[in-house]
Amino acid sequence: MLEIRNAVKVFEKGTPVEHTALNHLNLSLQDGEFVTVIGSNGAGKTTLFNAVCGTFLLNAGRIFLDGQDITYMPEHKRASMIGRVFQDPMKGTAPNMTIEENLSLAHSRSTARALSIAPGKKELGLFRDRLAEFNMGLENRMKTKVGLLSGGQRQAVTLLMCTIVPPKLLLLDEHTAALDPATAEKVMEITRSTVENYHLTTMMITHNITQALTTGTRTIMMDEGDILFDMSGTERERTSVDDLMRMYSVSRHKELDNDRMLLEK
Amino acid sequence: MKLLIDSLQLGFLYGVLALGIYISFRILAVPDLTTEGSFAFGLSVSAAVTSLGHPLLALPAAMLAGAAAGAVTGFLQTRWKIHPILSGIITMSGLYSVNLSVLGGSPNLTLVRANTVFKMVPFLSKNDAKTVLPVVFALAALAAVIWFFHTHIGMCIRAVGDNEDMVRASSIHTGFCKVIAFCVSNGLIALSGALVAQYQGYADISSSTGILVVGLASVIIGEALFGRRSVTLGFISSVAGSLIYRYIIALATRYSPLPAHMLRLVSAVIVALALALPALREHVETARLRKGGGQDA
Repeated sequence: MLEIRNAVKVFEKGTPVEHTALNHLNLSLQDGEFVTVIGSNGAGKTTLFNAVCGTFLLNAGRIFLDGQDITYMPEHKRASMIGRVFQDPMKGTAPNMTIEENLSLAHSRSTARALSIAPGKKELGLFRDRLAEFNMGLENRMKTKVGLLSGGQRQAVTLLMCTIVPPKLLLLDEHTAALDPATAEKVMEITRSTVENYHLTTMMITHNITQALTTGTRTIMMDEGDILFDMSGTERERTSVDDLMRMYSVSRHKELDNDRMLLEK
Repeated sequence: MKLLIDSLQLGFLYGVLALGIYISFRILAVPDLTTEGSFAFGLSVSAAVTSLGHPLLALPAAMLAGAAAGAVTGFLQTRWKIHPILSGIITMSGLYSVNLSVLGGSPNLTLVRANTVFKMVPFLSKNDAKTVLPVVFALAALAAVIWFFHTHIGMCIRAVGDNEDMVRASSIHTGFCKVIAFCVSNGLIALSGALVAQYQGYADISSSTGILVVGLASVIIGEALFGRRSVTLGFISSVAGSLIYRYIIALATRYSPLPAHMLRLVSAVIVALALALPALREHVETARLRKGGGQDA
């Protein structure tokens, strides 16, 4: 589904602060795979997502999505194929618009004619059903402005906006990190069921290693702009958090330095 | 009585302007200085076409002219990445020359002998038409913008003003949305100018000076009364604000010692105070907290 070949991204090239954020990275995702991504601060996790979304162009390498070369495709065109949820709950929704208007924006972007009234009657039924699946009571608050919702509720709405038209690829960038533990678990639960029910190819950055190993079907660890470990199946099932930490220090001769990662170990 | 009727007429005529200002100022969250140019552009085009004997055609022509001006500002802003305020200033400055040439090189044009839309309404005298037509045009424009901002494209425009980062990350073209919004906004502003020209029976290029502040005052007065809850209410309150603004001005000119040429200063002060309200409120709040804190300790 997603294939990244030899991706290189260098920031501030030719200056003293030159920094290689992606270093000849190769990655291939099968259809329906759910990959969790971990790594220390500055390992290039978010850079990888930005490169896939087209926030910037690569210095070298190619990106293919569903067989199509998207290396130089503009950001807003890729966006119709890629859904992305950020850590900041403020980022994914328009605060002064209602839940149903936000959802309509996401839902009708591919199908609606420019001058048709939005949201349409059929849409409203769909939104209500999908919101009800979350068990958060949001289906009864569809005329509420999103700015009045809690962080967890906003992330749930954002997740639905990203998946209501199933994307070819779903990118989750620590989307539960800004939430309190109970809400984070709730949003993770919604994430798991959505990904499963709609068979979405997904990548999720997380700083919670336990979560990384228990969620999804495959885990990659990034370091210095490249993939350090890539494990799935029984190998992954047998790996514990401590194993992973040990493997990291052995191969890199240094301790894993992600403060939040260590806190939640 | 005459004062009441006149203010009502002007309130609705400039209500169309307020709708345009609401789009740029509140929905896109950019004060658009193109207004000063596009109002005069509407005024000039309307006067020129009317003097050629086509007062009806003058209105869509003026709207198109305004929309074109809006498109230029939108283009400067989104494609050439010029600062939003500066884009408006550039278009406004350029339009000054354009407007002069539309008026045949002179800064004003009289329509005394020309036929205007206000003389064309069947069954109504010119004076009655001057009351009925502004109401009809303002309400039609009001209905049109409320409808437009509930369509898919209108929704996209609102989202661009609300959270541009989010829209950029979705598959909606933010630049395109902004350009459309500037076209609609300045089209309305020009329509307002076009109606004012025919209503007054002359076009004077200097009548657009400070018009942005007039529009802002209407929008802000409307919000002070109705609050900021939805776009629909926002549009309605803008027109209502324009009416109230006209009554304030009428009273000010009638009963205050200020001469008429001080009006724009009064408007400017109203707008500045209204915009300063949140900051003033915060200041009062801080002062109160300090006082209270001292007592508890």
